[in-house]
Amino acid sequence: MTGVVRWHVTLALAMLLVALVLGVVAALAYLSPEAAAVLPFQQLRPMHVSAALFWIITGASAVVLRFKDDAFGAARSTALHTAFLVVWSVSLVLVFGSYGAMRFGGREYWEFPPMIAFPLLGAWLLLLLDYLRSWHRRDSDPPLYVWMWTTGVVFFLITFVEQNLWQIPWFRENYMRELIVQWKSNGAMVGAWNQMIYGTALYLMVRISGDEGLARGPRAFAFWFLGLSNLMFNWGHHLYNAPTASWIRHLAYGISMAEWVLLIGIVRGFRAKLAERGRFGHRVAYRFLFAAEVWVFLNLFLALLMSIPAINRYTHGTHITVAHAMGATIGINTMILLGALAHLLHAGVRGVGERWIDLGRRLAMGSLLIFWLALLATGAIKGWRSTALGITDHQALMQPLQPLLIAFAVAGVGVMTGLGAVAVALLRAAWSPRLLQSAQHEPLVQGAARTGESRP
Amino acid sequence: MWKRHVLIGLLVAYGAGSWFAYQGSGRSDIAGAEVRSGMRVWQESNCVGCHQLYGLGGYMGPDLTNAHGDQGPERIRTFVRYGTGRMPAHDLDDRELDDLVAFLAWVDRSGRNRVPAEAVHWTGTYILEPR
Repeated sequence: MTGVVRWHVTLALAMLLVALVLGVVAALAYLSPEAAAVLPFQQLRPMHVSAALFWIITGASAVVLRFKDDAFGAARSTALHTAFLVVWSVSLVLVFGSYGAMRFGGREYWEFPPMIAFPLLGAWLLLLLDYLRSWHRRDSDPPLYVWMWTTGVVFFLITFVEQNLWQIPWFRENYMRELIVQWKSNGAMVGAWNQMIYGTALYLMVRISGDEGLARGPRAFAFWFLGLSNLMFNWGHHLYNAPTASWIRHLAYGISMAEWVLLIGIVRGFRAKLAERGRFGHRVAYRFLFAAEVWVFLNLFLALLMSIPAINRYTHGTHITVAHAMGATIGINTMILLGALAHLLHAGVRGVGERWIDLGRRLAMGSLLIFWLALLATGAIKGWRSTALGITDHQALMQPLQPLLIAFAVAGVGVMTGLGAVAVALLRAAWSPRLLQSAQHEPLVQGAARTGESRP
Repeated sequence: MWKRHVLIGLLVAYGAGSWFAYQGSGRSDIAGAEVRSGMRVWQESNCVGCHQLYGLGGYMGPDLTNAHGDQGPERIRTFVRYGTGRMPAHDLDDRELDDLVAFLAWVDRSGRNRVPAEAVHWTGTYILEPR
């Protein structure tokens, strides 16, 4: 592993640790006005959200840039990768520095001043150049994970630019257009990083199982095109209740309902998944991928229900939306990324002890389930009280939900401890003498020596 | 080859969909200078960190889509200026406060945050009149 990859992984894991700690502190400020007086929620929330987003984006870019070298068989382009990492890191310092100085840009999820978008954009262009330098050496018929990585990297750029179009006056002179430019780009951007992360999960499964067919068949591509359609057209579900053009709502509803096909596919493949777990369950990376599969099922089922406007009428703007976001970012994205990092750092992981990683994952999974259920219950009661009972006073609406929110915060401490233990173990692995002394190009197939599998 | 054709088709549809989404978002009630300035105050004070508009934003405080119409401008001014147990007081001058109220009045005129029961179609979707 090259030095730049090690620093890239370190930055990603540092963002994860910051997001976990600030998430718990922000939950404390959310629950207690006394705590909020000392720990200002309006400052903690953007810090937590940005750290979580940058963990996911930095982690996804780290594994894609590392695995693409093996997938394309191309020489490593360390200079471009280093340039990306330097500009990206400086941008992150500016983001958190601006929050510390109480300077905001006030856009949901990207709450920093808009000028910082320029260095972030510059960094992503460097990453794109690095990726495309290897990409042009691909096979004429590349496997699905290459399509997914490429669309993820390119669509992140497109949606990032689109997200900043609000700075052109035409986009914000009409409130519906202002809503559309914000939520169309936010929705599609989530799809973009999902492409990078799900592509990585597929790549890992191919490497672990040795079955290249997983990333080749027409069925796999058909499911991918369905997911890509969601990235492009499903953003309208954010705006169901806003009086935008009706076709936006109907199209998002139709595209969402097509995703029942994916859910049925997961249910039908359940038995095969159990058999697969029996074969590969001894591998650290696989255990994280299996955990992500569980969350894909739970979260997809929730998303499908929320995508029915008649149900969304009760769930929109409630903590059910937060449960969906947390299930996706922690249960799916974080589990896959931690699995990918455990795979990448496997020589170091063996040195620091897999037991801590396993304990951390189990604690995080159990805590996340309580955390998720508490948010679902909070959102369901809030939705019922506000929509069916017509309670509009915010204090009266939220008062009976306090015990559930306390359960959510306590479970959050469990999520922080579990994922924190995994992140610290992976950081130790990344800097362990065992990994530092290992050859630059170690076999990527985890346990290859033990099972006799060879690199492709 | 079929994969490339499908991908190109999707990209063309995405481009066309983006164009129609932005063009068809209506021309009524264009933001004036006061509203644009109020939007800047809203953003620089990071109100979205705690409040929602159309159910989108933070969860600390209430949704403010229709706060202007339902509660009136004076109540908004008082809350912003003096804060509450959870909400900090904001150090805005009179002009900034007027602009923020103008922005919230503009948002209020764009539609209602709560979808009425009669707008739910039997297929499960909503039938809302664009403004």
